[in-house]
Amino acid sequence: MNIQIRKFYYGDIPEETGGNSSSSNASNETGWPLWEVFIRSKQGLDHKHAGSLHAADAQMAIENARDVYTRRQEGVSIWVVESKHIHATNPDEAEMFYEPASDKVYRHPTFYDLPDEVKHM
Amino acid sequence: MSQTINQTLQLADTCLILGQRNSEWCAHGPILEQDIAITNITLDLIGQARNFYQYAATLISKNENKNITEDTLAYLRTEREFKNFLICELPNGDWANTVLRQFFFSCFQLLLFEELEKNSDTQLAAIATKSLKEIKYHIKWSSEWVIRLGDGTEESNNRINNAVQQLWPYTGEFFMPADYEIISVSSLKEKWLQSIKDVFDEATLTIPQNIFMQSGGKDGVHTEHLGYVLSELQYLQRVYPGAEW
Repeated sequence: MNIQIRKFYYGDIPEETGGNSSSSNASNETGWPLWEVFIRSKQGLDHKHAGSLHAADAQMAIENARDVYTRRQEGVSIWVVESKHIHATNPDEAEMFYEPASDKVYRHPTFYDLPDEVKHM
Repeated sequence: MSQTINQTLQLADTCLILGQRNSEWCAHGPILEQDIAITNITLDLIGQARNFYQYAATLISKNENKNITEDTLAYLRTEREFKNFLICELPNGDWANTVLRQFFFSCFQLLLFEELEKNSDTQLAAIATKSLKEIKYHIKWSSEWVIRLGDGTEESNNRINNAVQQLWPYTGEFFMPADYEIISVSSLKEKWLQSIKDVFDEATLTIPQNIFMQSGGKDGVHTEHLGYVLSELQYLQRVYPGAEW
Protein backbone atom coordinates (compact mmCIF):
# COMPACT_ATOMS: atom_id res chain seq x y z
CA MET A 1 0.00 0.00 0.00
CA ASN A 2 1.24 3.45 -0.89
CA ILE A 3 0.89 5.65 2.16
CA GLN A 4 1.48 9.34 1.79
CA ILE A 5 1.65 11.76 4.64
CA ARG A 6 0.90 15.31 3.65
CA LYS A 7 0.86 18.52 5.54
CA PHE A 8 -2.22 20.50 4.65
CA TYR A 9 -2.19 24.26 4.29
CA TYR A 10 -5.25 26.33 3.60
CA GLY A 11 -6.65 29.07 1.46
CA ASP A 12 -4.21 31.60 0.21
CA ILE A 13 -1.10 29.47 0.43
CA PRO A 14 0.14 28.85 -3.11
CA GLU A 15 -0.74 25.40 -4.38
CA GLU A 16 2.86 24.36 -4.97
CA THR A 17 3.61 24.73 -1.26
CA GLY A 18 0.21 23.65 -0.03
CA GLY A 19 -0.56 19.97 0.24
CA ASN A 20 -4.08 20.00 -1.01
CA SER A 21 -6.37 21.35 -3.62
CA SER A 22 -9.58 19.62 -4.44
CA SER A 23 -9.79 21.11 -7.91
CA SER A 24 -6.35 20.42 -9.31
CA ASN A 25 -5.31 17.15 -7.76
CA ALA A 26 -7.04 14.41 -5.89
CA SER A 27 -6.92 14.84 -2.14
CA ASN A 28 -6.91 11.10 -1.55
CA GLU A 29 -7.41 7.92 -3.46
CA THR A 30 -11.13 8.52 -3.92
CA GLY A 31 -10.62 12.04 -5.17
CA TRP A 32 -12.98 13.51 -2.59
CA PRO A 33 -12.14 16.99 -1.28
CA LEU A 34 -11.18 17.75 2.28
CA TRP A 35 -13.65 19.46 4.64
CA GLU A 36 -13.19 21.19 7.99
CA VAL A 37 -15.66 20.29 10.70
CA PHE A 38 -16.94 22.60 13.44
CA ILE A 39 -19.02 21.22 16.29
CA ARG A 40 -21.18 23.04 18.81
CA SER A 41 -21.04 20.93 21.93
CA LYS A 42 -24.14 22.43 23.49
CA GLN A 43 -26.63 25.23 23.01
CA GLY A 44 -25.16 28.63 23.74
CA LEU A 45 -21.55 27.68 23.08
CA ASP A 46 -19.56 28.45 19.96
CA HIS A 47 -18.84 25.99 17.19
CA LYS A 48 -15.30 24.76 17.66
CA HIS A 49 -13.00 23.18 15.12
CA ALA A 50 -13.16 19.42 15.61
CA GLY A 51 -11.05 18.14 12.74
CA SER A 52 -11.28 17.39 9.05
CA LEU A 53 -12.54 14.64 6.80
CA HIS A 54 -13.15 13.68 3.18
CA ALA A 55 -16.53 13.81 1.48
CA ALA A 56 -17.93 14.11 -2.03
CA ASP A 57 -20.30 16.96 -1.22
CA ALA A 58 -21.54 19.11 1.66
CA GLN A 59 -24.36 16.76 2.59
CA MET A 60 -22.00 13.81 2.82
CA ALA A 61 -19.53 15.92 4.76
CA ILE A 62 -22.18 16.71 7.39
CA GLU A 63 -23.16 13.05 7.67
CA ASN A 64 -19.55 11.92 7.84
CA ALA A 65 -18.96 14.51 10.53
CA ARG A 66 -21.99 13.21 12.42
CA ASP A 67 -20.61 9.68 12.22
CA VAL A 68 -16.97 10.50 12.93
CA TYR A 69 -17.16 13.37 15.40
CA THR A 70 -20.48 13.16 17.28
CA ARG A 71 -20.85 9.44 17.97
CA ARG A 72 -20.06 9.99 21.63
CA GLN A 73 -22.56 12.81 22.03
CA GLU A 74 -20.03 15.52 21.35
CA GLY A 75 -22.40 17.85 19.60
CA VAL A 76 -25.77 19.42 18.90
CA SER A 77 -24.86 21.27 15.73
CA ILE A 78 -22.36 20.75 12.91
CA TRP A 79 -20.81 23.16 10.43
CA VAL A 80 -18.67 22.00 7.55
CA VAL A 81 -16.69 24.08 5.12
CA GLU A 82 -14.53 22.87 2.29
CA SER A 83 -10.95 23.35 3.40
CA LYS A 84 -10.00 25.26 0.27
CA HIS A 85 -12.36 28.06 1.29
CA ILE A 86 -10.50 28.74 4.49
CA HIS A 87 -8.05 31.61 4.31
CA ALA A 88 -5.13 31.21 6.62
CA THR A 89 -1.89 32.84 7.56
CA ASN A 90 1.21 31.36 6.07
CA PRO A 91 3.38 29.58 8.65
CA ASP A 92 6.44 31.10 6.97
CA GLU A 93 5.21 34.54 7.99
CA ALA A 94 4.59 33.65 11.59
CA GLU A 95 7.56 35.72 12.74
CA MET A 96 6.28 39.04 11.42
CA PHE A 97 2.69 38.25 12.25
CA TYR A 98 2.90 37.12 15.83
CA GLU A 99 6.23 37.83 17.42
CA PRO A 100 5.96 41.64 17.57
CA ALA A 101 3.25 41.19 20.22
CA SER A 102 5.48 39.22 22.51
CA ASP A 103 7.27 42.20 24.15
CA LYS A 104 4.20 44.35 24.67
CA VAL A 105 3.08 43.20 28.06
CA TYR A 106 1.35 46.54 28.66
CA ARG A 107 -1.43 45.35 26.38
CA HIS A 108 -2.54 43.01 29.14
CA PRO A 109 -4.68 44.86 31.68
CA THR A 110 -2.41 44.02 34.59
CA PHE A 111 -1.11 47.51 35.39
CA TYR A 112 -4.13 48.85 37.18
CA ASP A 113 -4.68 49.04 40.92
CA LEU A 114 -8.09 47.57 41.45
CA PRO A 115 -10.21 48.96 44.25
CA ASP A 116 -10.94 46.31 46.89
CA GLU A 117 -14.67 46.65 46.22
CA VAL A 118 -14.18 45.09 42.77
CA LYS A 119 -13.93 41.46 43.59
CA HIS A 120 -14.28 39.28 40.58
CA MET A 121 -11.76 40.55 38.04
CA MET B 1 -47.85 -15.49 24.56
CA SER B 2 -45.99 -17.65 22.05
CA GLN B 3 -47.17 -15.32 19.31
CA THR B 4 -45.50 -12.34 21.00
CA ILE B 5 -42.37 -14.39 21.64
CA ASN B 6 -42.07 -15.45 18.01
CA GLN B 7 -42.75 -11.94 16.78
CA THR B 8 -40.13 -10.53 19.13
CA LEU B 9 -37.60 -13.15 18.06
CA GLN B 10 -38.22 -12.36 14.42
CA LEU B 11 -37.50 -8.69 15.04
CA ALA B 12 -34.42 -9.56 17.07
CA ASP B 13 -33.03 -12.10 14.58
CA THR B 14 -33.54 -9.75 11.67
CA CYS B 15 -31.63 -6.92 13.34
CA LEU B 16 -28.89 -9.24 14.57
CA ILE B 17 -28.20 -10.98 11.26
CA LEU B 18 -28.20 -7.75 9.25
CA GLY B 19 -25.97 -6.20 11.90
CA GLN B 20 -23.62 -9.16 11.73
CA ARG B 21 -23.44 -8.89 7.94
CA ASN B 22 -22.83 -5.13 8.01
CA SER B 23 -20.15 -5.60 10.64
CA GLU B 24 -18.09 -7.50 8.06
CA TRP B 25 -17.40 -4.08 6.54
CA CYS B 26 -15.62 -2.93 9.69
CA ALA B 27 -12.09 -1.94 8.63
CA HIS B 28 -12.93 -2.78 5.00
CA GLY B 29 -15.12 0.23 4.10
CA PRO B 30 -14.37 2.14 0.90
CA ILE B 31 -13.11 5.13 2.89
CA LEU B 32 -12.54 5.71 6.59
CA GLU B 33 -15.57 7.99 7.04
CA GLN B 34 -17.95 5.49 5.40
CA ASP B 35 -16.38 2.62 7.28
CA ILE B 36 -17.41 4.39 10.46
CA ALA B 37 -20.85 5.17 9.04
CA ILE B 38 -21.69 1.53 8.24
CA THR B 39 -20.22 0.42 11.55
CA ASN B 40 -22.43 2.93 13.40
CA ILE B 41 -25.46 1.49 11.62
CA THR B 42 -24.29 -1.97 12.62
CA LEU B 43 -24.14 -0.91 16.24
CA ASP B 44 -27.64 0.57 16.01
CA LEU B 45 -28.97 -2.73 14.62
CA ILE B 46 -27.24 -4.85 17.23
CA GLY B 47 -28.55 -2.51 19.92
CA GLN B 48 -32.08 -3.00 18.58
CA ALA B 49 -31.51 -6.77 18.46
CA ARG B 50 -30.41 -6.74 22.10
CA ASN B 51 -33.55 -4.89 23.19
CA PHE B 52 -35.76 -7.44 21.45
CA TYR B 53 -33.74 -10.43 22.70
CA GLN B 54 -33.86 -9.16 26.26
CA TYR B 55 -37.61 -8.80 26.04
CA ALA B 56 -38.01 -12.25 24.44
CA ALA B 57 -35.77 -13.75 27.12
CA THR B 58 -37.96 -12.28 29.85
CA LEU B 59 -41.11 -13.68 28.24
CA ILE B 60 -39.63 -17.13 27.63
CA SER B 61 -38.14 -17.34 31.11
CA LYS B 62 -41.50 -16.53 32.64
CA ASN B 63 -43.40 -18.82 30.30
CA GLU B 64 -41.20 -21.88 30.59
CA ASN B 65 -39.87 -21.20 34.06
CA LYS B 66 -36.28 -21.32 32.82
CA ASN B 67 -33.40 -18.92 33.02
CA ILE B 68 -33.01 -17.70 29.46
CA THR B 69 -30.88 -14.66 28.60
CA GLU B 70 -30.34 -12.60 25.45
CA ASP B 71 -27.12 -14.56 24.90
CA THR B 72 -28.92 -17.90 24.98
CA LEU B 73 -31.20 -16.69 22.21
CA ALA B 74 -28.49 -15.18 20.00
CA TYR B 75 -25.77 -17.78 20.49
CA LEU B 76 -27.49 -21.10 21.09
CA ARG B 77 -30.30 -21.31 18.58
CA THR B 78 -29.95 -23.14 15.26
CA GLU B 79 -30.66 -22.03 11.70
CA ARG B 80 -34.18 -23.42 11.64
CA GLU B 81 -35.00 -21.44 14.77
CA PHE B 82 -33.88 -18.11 13.30
CA LYS B 83 -36.75 -16.10 11.85
CA ASN B 84 -34.86 -13.30 10.11
CA PHE B 85 -35.75 -12.19 6.57
CA LEU B 86 -33.64 -13.89 3.92
CA ILE B 87 -32.39 -10.56 2.61
CA CYS B 88 -30.46 -9.98 5.84
CA GLU B 89 -28.38 -13.12 5.59
CA LEU B 90 -27.29 -12.69 1.96
CA PRO B 91 -23.58 -12.02 1.48
CA ASN B 92 -22.68 -8.32 1.39
CA GLY B 93 -21.53 -8.25 -2.22
CA ASP B 94 -20.11 -4.89 -3.19
CA TRP B 95 -20.82 -1.49 -1.62
CA ALA B 96 -23.79 -0.92 -3.95
CA ASN B 97 -25.33 -4.19 -2.83
CA THR B 98 -24.78 -3.35 0.83
CA VAL B 99 -26.25 0.15 0.72
CA LEU B 100 -29.21 -0.95 -1.41
CA ARG B 101 -30.08 -3.74 1.02
CA GLN B 102 -29.87 -1.28 3.88
CA PHE B 103 -32.15 1.08 1.98
CA PHE B 104 -34.77 -1.60 1.19
CA PHE B 105 -34.67 -2.88 4.74
CA SER B 106 -34.69 0.48 6.53
CA CYS B 107 -37.64 1.73 4.47
CA PHE B 108 -39.57 -1.37 5.50
CA GLN B 109 -38.40 -1.15 9.09
CA LEU B 110 -39.64 2.44 9.30
CA LEU B 111 -43.17 1.47 8.24
CA LEU B 112 -43.17 -1.62 10.44
CA PHE B 113 -41.96 0.20 13.54
CA GLU B 114 -44.42 3.05 13.02
CA GLU B 115 -47.13 0.40 13.35
CA LEU B 116 -45.34 -1.37 16.19
CA GLU B 117 -45.17 1.92 18.04
CA LYS B 118 -48.99 1.88 18.26
CA ASN B 119 -49.16 -1.72 19.48
CA SER B 120 -50.76 -2.57 22.80
CA ASP B 121 -47.59 -4.39 23.88
CA THR B 122 -45.94 -1.45 25.58
CA GLN B 123 -42.47 -2.97 25.62
CA LEU B 124 -42.42 -3.58 21.86
CA ALA B 125 -43.91 -0.13 21.32
CA ALA B 126 -41.18 1.46 23.43
CA ILE B 127 -38.39 -0.33 21.56
CA ALA B 128 -39.94 0.78 18.28
CA THR B 129 -40.07 4.40 19.40
CA LYS B 130 -36.44 4.33 20.46
CA SER B 131 -35.33 2.66 17.22
CA LEU B 132 -37.24 4.96 14.87
CA LYS B 133 -34.75 7.80 15.36
CA GLU B 134 -31.96 5.50 14.26
CA ILE B 135 -33.92 4.10 11.34
CA LYS B 136 -34.68 7.56 9.95
CA TYR B 137 -30.97 8.24 9.76
CA HIS B 138 -30.29 4.86 8.13
CA ILE B 139 -32.80 5.75 5.41
CA LYS B 140 -31.27 9.15 4.88
CA TRP B 141 -27.77 7.71 4.63
CA SER B 142 -28.63 4.74 2.43
CA SER B 143 -31.02 6.57 0.10
CA GLU B 144 -28.40 9.21 -0.62
CA TRP B 145 -25.97 6.43 -1.53
CA VAL B 146 -28.53 4.83 -3.84
CA ILE B 147 -29.02 8.16 -5.61
CA ARG B 148 -25.30 8.87 -5.71
CA LEU B 149 -24.52 5.51 -7.30
CA GLY B 150 -27.54 5.36 -9.60
CA ASP B 151 -27.10 8.88 -10.90
CA GLY B 152 -23.30 8.69 -10.84
CA THR B 153 -20.86 7.17 -13.29
CA GLU B 154 -21.45 4.32 -15.73
CA GLU B 155 -19.59 2.00 -13.38
CA SER B 156 -21.59 3.01 -10.30
CA ASN B 157 -24.85 2.82 -12.24
CA ASN B 158 -24.01 -0.71 -13.42
CA ARG B 159 -23.21 -1.81 -9.91
CA ILE B 160 -26.38 -0.46 -8.32
CA ASN B 161 -28.43 -1.93 -11.18
CA ASN B 162 -26.88 -5.33 -10.56
CA ALA B 163 -27.69 -4.93 -6.90
CA VAL B 164 -31.34 -4.17 -7.75
CA GLN B 165 -31.54 -7.35 -9.84
CA GLN B 166 -29.95 -9.46 -7.10
CA LEU B 167 -31.90 -8.09 -4.14
CA TRP B 168 -35.34 -7.42 -5.54
CA PRO B 169 -36.49 -11.11 -5.32
CA TYR B 170 -35.88 -10.92 -1.57
CA THR B 171 -38.05 -7.86 -0.91
CA GLY B 172 -41.37 -9.70 -1.31
CA GLU B 173 -40.85 -11.55 1.95
CA PHE B 174 -41.31 -8.32 3.92
CA PHE B 175 -45.00 -8.35 3.00
CA MET B 176 -45.82 -12.07 3.19
CA PRO B 177 -47.54 -12.59 6.55
CA ALA B 178 -46.31 -15.24 8.96
CA ASP B 179 -48.88 -16.74 11.32
CA TYR B 180 -47.26 -15.21 14.41
CA GLU B 181 -46.97 -11.65 13.11
CA ILE B 182 -48.89 -9.05 15.09
CA ILE B 183 -48.67 -6.37 12.38
CA SER B 184 -50.50 -6.68 9.10
CA VAL B 185 -47.39 -6.47 6.92
CA SER B 186 -49.13 -6.84 3.57
CA SER B 187 -50.78 -3.48 4.13
CA LEU B 188 -47.36 -1.78 4.23
CA LYS B 189 -46.46 -2.74 0.69
CA GLU B 190 -47.91 0.22 -1.19
CA LYS B 191 -46.23 2.79 1.04
CA TRP B 192 -42.94 0.92 0.82
CA LEU B 193 -43.07 0.78 -2.97
CA GLN B 194 -43.76 4.49 -3.09
CA SER B 195 -40.77 5.34 -0.92
CA ILE B 196 -38.55 3.12 -3.09
CA LYS B 197 -39.95 4.68 -6.25
CA ASP B 198 -39.29 8.23 -5.07
CA VAL B 199 -35.62 7.47 -4.54
CA PHE B 200 -35.28 5.27 -7.63
CA ASP B 201 -36.68 8.09 -9.80
CA GLU B 202 -33.99 10.40 -8.56
CA ALA B 203 -31.38 7.68 -8.94
CA THR B 204 -32.52 6.93 -12.53
CA LEU B 205 -33.31 3.34 -11.54
CA THR B 206 -36.41 1.31 -12.41
CA ILE B 207 -38.32 -1.07 -10.21
CA PRO B 208 -38.25 -4.64 -11.62
CA GLN B 209 -41.65 -6.05 -12.60
CA ASN B 210 -43.07 -9.57 -12.33
CA ILE B 211 -40.20 -11.09 -10.39
CA PHE B 212 -40.59 -14.33 -8.44
CA MET B 213 -40.25 -13.56 -4.74
CA GLN B 214 -38.23 -15.73 -2.38
CA SER B 215 -39.58 -16.49 1.08
CA GLY B 216 -39.11 -18.82 4.03
CA GLY B 217 -36.89 -16.90 6.41
CA LYS B 218 -39.75 -15.89 8.67
CA ASP B 219 -40.52 -19.57 9.24
CA GLY B 220 -36.92 -20.67 9.63
CA VAL B 221 -36.32 -21.92 6.09
CA HIS B 222 -33.15 -20.16 5.07
CA THR B 223 -30.63 -19.85 2.26
CA GLU B 224 -27.35 -21.73 2.49
CA HIS B 225 -25.71 -18.52 3.72
CA LEU B 226 -27.20 -18.34 7.20
CA GLY B 227 -25.30 -21.38 8.46
CA TYR B 228 -22.00 -19.68 7.71
CA VAL B 229 -23.11 -16.47 9.40
CA LEU B 230 -24.18 -18.36 12.52
CA SER B 231 -21.08 -20.53 12.69
CA GLU B 232 -18.95 -17.39 12.88
CA LEU B 233 -21.36 -15.56 15.20
CA GLN B 234 -21.83 -18.48 17.58
CA TYR B 235 -18.39 -20.08 17.39
CA LEU B 236 -17.11 -18.95 20.76
CA GLN B 237 -20.18 -19.97 22.77
CA ARG B 238 -20.36 -23.31 20.97
CA VAL B 239 -16.70 -24.17 21.56
CA TYR B 240 -16.42 -22.66 25.04
CA PRO B 241 -19.94 -22.87 26.48
CA GLY B 242 -20.61 -20.14 29.00
CA ALA B 243 -17.39 -18.28 28.17
CA GLU B 244 -17.33 -14.71 29.46
CA TRP B 245 -14.93 -11.82 29.06
